[in-house]
Amino acid sequence: MTIEFLFEPSTRGAPAREGASRLPARAGLGLKPQHFAEILATCPDLGFFEIHAENYLVAGGPFHHYLGRIRERYPLSIHGVGLSIGAEGPLDVGHLDRLAALLDRYQPQSFSEHLAWSTHGGTFFNDLLPLPYDQATLSRVCNHIDQAQEHLQRRMLLENPATYVEFAASELDEAAFITEIVRRTGCGLLLDINNAHVSGVNHRRDPQAYIAALPLAEVGEIHLAGFAEDRDAAGAPLLIDTHGSPVAAAVWDLYAFALERLGPTPTLIERDNNIPPLVVLIAEARCAERWIESVRRDRAEVAA
Amino acid sequence: MSDQRIFAAALLDPDAPCPAGLTAWNGSDPIQRFAVYRNNVIVSLINALAETFPVTQELVGEEFFRAMAGVFARAAPPKSALLAEYGQGFPAFIERFKPARGVPYLADVARLEMLRVRAFHAADADPLPPDQISQALADSERLPALRVTCHPSLGVLSSRYAVVSLWAAHQGLGDLARVEPGVPETALVARVGLEVQVVALPPGGDALVASFLRGLTFGEAAALAASAAAEFDLTANLALLLRYGVLTDLRLPAEVSP
Repeated sequence: MTIEFLFEPSTRGAPAREGASRLPARAGLGLKPQHFAEILATCPDLGFFEIHAENYLVAGGPFHHYLGRIRERYPLSIHGVGLSIGAEGPLDVGHLDRLAALLDRYQPQSFSEHLAWSTHGGTFFNDLLPLPYDQATLSRVCNHIDQAQEHLQRRMLLENPATYVEFAASELDEAAFITEIVRRTGCGLLLDINNAHVSGVNHRRDPQAYIAALPLAEVGEIHLAGFAEDRDAAGAPLLIDTHGSPVAAAVWDLYAFALERLGPTPTLIERDNNIPPLVVLIAEARCAERWIESVRRDRAEVAA
Repeated sequence: MSDQRIFAAALLDPDAPCPAGLTAWNGSDPIQRFAVYRNNVIVSLINALAETFPVTQELVGEEFFRAMAGVFARAAPPKSALLAEYGQGFPAFIERFKPARGVPYLADVARLEMLRVRAFHAADADPLPPDQISQALADSERLPALRVTCHPSLGVLSSRYAVVSLWAAHQGLGDLARVEPGVPETALVARVGLEVQVVALPPGGDALVASFLRGLTFGEAAALAASAAAEFDLTANLALLLRYGVLTDLRLPAEVSP
């Protein structure tokens, strides 16, 4: 199948990977209703905003009122949380239609979804549920991504998951599974550094080796977030991807590791729970921008 | 059963065994890890309901509300990823939920809160400009034949309880101690600009609005409202509907676009 890309697909190994997304290589924030008015009043210097698509699949009212105005001033990333790409059942075509209308209305610079499932038998679980990494799942996920990219007439980014269990049925490791999806479907990657760290601790795998094994040339965006800490039945640490606290030191370190390999990359500070005042999130975004700047300088020096 | 069907069923049933085939690097019992998913699902759904029904929660307290919402969420999880629509069945569930019987008006307060969320996200439409309204009202020959189009956010709730006063008291408007819950009230819910408003409709107002929504003419609606409530006051009802921007179109049936 062919997809008409809105932009040139990236070349493997290209330094800045312009093709993987059209977001600026800066830091952005998740857009929260409690910050709408302040954003419009103060126009903070940020690279972009990101929304959860499903929150805006409504007919009218304040959400569209504010998003329309904020979109006039900022690049936008639309991040889906309900397409259920990993589901055993078929994709919901009605949901794809609504997504297509939203993308058409706001013309975002990036659209992304998750390597997970959230719907089964008509029930929506509102969580990103894990998948076994076997051949049957691989081919189903690829078919769903093909269908989504065709329906939405654009390349999408796929986000690596945070998981709490593994499957005896898995035949591939997660990085190999994702690499194969990217190769088969031509989708890009949304590299969630927090998820890489959380899953790394939860499954005792090396998050640096994991990141290095991904097709980094196809990364169009990075997510950074905070986690909570729990314990499993044997007392081993079990990290929970809560998006409810500041980005942890270990995640900043892993971000620096990833940026060195990626070069400047659009980076989202993700905060969906315990949402602090806007200024607190802007400070976290500034911190990400300092890393992006430092990598940009390093690369310029090497090039000079 | 498919793997996801088993996984899905165990998510909502806390007594179900851990799905087979789950593993952990350290060989620990995967049930504790699976419990993270169980917890994420139920807590996120309860949170979604708490966001839609804040006054309902205040009326019974957070602990009771979350327990009740959990029973509902397990019995009636969302059918769509559009969580703003989730909870439409919650008021009817509350009505049947025996432990909540001590608060007989709870279900109607929940109905009012669901109407508020619906109004918040409803399609945009401009209210009729004041000069067009006064023109239409002044033409007493033409007026009875006019058809009314209402704002998409409009919702009306007739209750045996003082839903509007109860709700308002929880917004810091009015004194909860002085509200008599047993006094019937009809709530009008509409979005005015970006704000959802809740106000009590005068007697007959529910019949008037219901008739407008059914596509009856202005004259038919007024007559029905008058027969529904002896104290029906057309002017008082209209003044309120106009103040809340409820009328978006007013024209002869022949002029109504298909």
